[in-house]
Amino acid sequence: METIMPVTELTTTSAMPRSRVIGAYLEEARSECLRYMRAPSFMLPIMLFPGLFYLFFGVLMARTEGADAGRYLLASYGTFGVMSPGLFGFGVSLALERDGGLLTFKRALPMPPGAYLLGKMLMAMVAAGVVILLLLTMAVTLGHVALSPLQAGALLLTGMLGVLPFCALGMFVGTLIKGQGAPGMLQLVYMPMSIMSGLWFPLPMLPKFLQQIAPVWPSYHLDQLALAAVGMRQGMLLPHVLTLFGFAAGFLLLAARRLRRYG
Amino acid sequence: MPHSPDPHTREPIARLGGAVKRYGPLTALDGADLSLQRGELLALLGPNGAGKTTAIALLLGLIRADAGTIELFGQDPQRIEARRRIGVMLQNAELPATLRVVELLRLTASYYPAPRTLAETAELAGIADLLKRPYAKLSGGQQRRVQFALALCGRPELLFLDEPTVGMDIEARQKLWVAIRQLLAEGCSVLLTTHYLEEAEALADRVCVMARGRMIHEGTVDELRARVAMKRIRCLSALPIDTVQGWPEVSQVRRENERLHIATAEAETVVRRLLDADRHLRELEVHRAGLAEAFTELTRDADEASDTDQREAA
Repeated sequence: METIMPVTELTTTSAMPRSRVIGAYLEEARSECLRYMRAPSFMLPIMLFPGLFYLFFGVLMARTEGADAGRYLLASYGTFGVMSPGLFGFGVSLALERDGGLLTFKRALPMPPGAYLLGKMLMAMVAAGVVILLLLTMAVTLGHVALSPLQAGALLLTGMLGVLPFCALGMFVGTLIKGQGAPGMLQLVYMPMSIMSGLWFPLPMLPKFLQQIAPVWPSYHLDQLALAAVGMRQGMLLPHVLTLFGFAAGFLLLAARRLRRYG
Repeated sequence: MPHSPDPHTREPIARLGGAVKRYGPLTALDGADLSLQRGELLALLGPNGAGKTTAIALLLGLIRADAGTIELFGQDPQRIEARRRIGVMLQNAELPATLRVVELLRLTASYYPAPRTLAETAELAGIADLLKRPYAKLSGGQQRRVQFALALCGRPELLFLDEPTVGMDIEARQKLWVAIRQLLAEGCSVLLTTHYLEEAEALADRVCVMARGRMIHEGTVDELRARVAMKRIRCLSALPIDTVQGWPEVSQVRRENERLHIATAEAETVVRRLLDADRHLRELEVHRAGLAEAFTELTRDADEASDTDQREAA
């Protein structure tokens, strides 16, 4: 497409100081967080499921098993809990907003590039942090799991960063499926993946075949990191970090391609 | 500099030149031309599926053209620098339900280099009383007003308004018209799409009619009116259809049950003939053709012309 000389002096009318551009990113993130934290239909399920599971299996049932069960399940239900803001907060909302025209509207506006996705990402990280804090509180007070501040901090950090590959996966599914169909589809991804990565039952209790293919799932790798954070696992962490990074980059790329092609 | 200060030779601030857009086998835009000058309000009219939405989407940089030139302030609309000078009100955008109006305004204003103050925006759009309310709690008409406020909050030089008054009552519609006139007086340009001829009539300097992905008419509202002076006559009559068809003023006639439907540009003459020819004629009605019918008429003319061309070529 040919471009001609600007009709009027662009510098005076559409140059934007860097501070205002940064302000726009911040405003976007703030709005995104506000709108979801205010929506009970989003926050309740995210907190309720991992919270209840942990209460039953991690606190009440684990009394007979000793504190290690509570510690182990803190990591795996933490991972389980972190997946959902990524998959649903990011993926489903993207699908709905594509359907409802909000994404189109935002793209027509001079929103700085990526602000929308960054805002959603930050929102998912905050929601993941809330879930981890909830489980940590339950583990320390009700479950009597002894955790050093360093371990608690490591788990929080793992959860807040670990949500990102699931954001990318949710985003990819969100671009594949229109609006209302996305939640159902993501449930089909979420539940089986959680079970097969040993988040509901420890991996050794699963069939041999499932144990062998567990490393295929991103949630398996996040669980390994979470277990290490609470001191339940020794060994190399870097391969898991890199794998998660690869998952995130891969799904992000696929989603970006679809978004560019189909809007 | 490539442009002179003379307004008549100034380059358009938004332009489609021979724009083509296809969706699979469907051609949504088939060489559409459009140019919008600074300070004017151009109304884009046309039946559903005429290509209005596609034309707007191209100018907003939402989609890419298969061929042709698309410019916004002389730039590719996908460049954010060009879009920082526009405001947008789309037909259906579900805004975040749990955010308050004031939060939506603050967010949208943050995208622009020199936005209006909150108070100024609220005053212009008439939403000062809604600022603290969550968006989802507003009525349909109130939501449209908020969307209008979002469109103008960045102090844009060009406003895209896609069916802005759908869902508004008459009073709200007229208030919006007043606000649009005020923006025009400040030098803002507007590209308006609408289904209502009276809206175009009340606001537009120029009107552009689209059909089948092309511009089929461009001019002032009065010129459009002259183009679509067609009237509809309906009556109960036993007159044979062939007789009526034979009258030179009649452009179209059909019968539904007992009722004759006649389209003509000269209603008075045709009515006189009808009354002379059938003394028992009853239930005579004469209507100005609605805008939709007028478009169909314009479109059909265009189609017939192209059919004839093809037949002659064959």
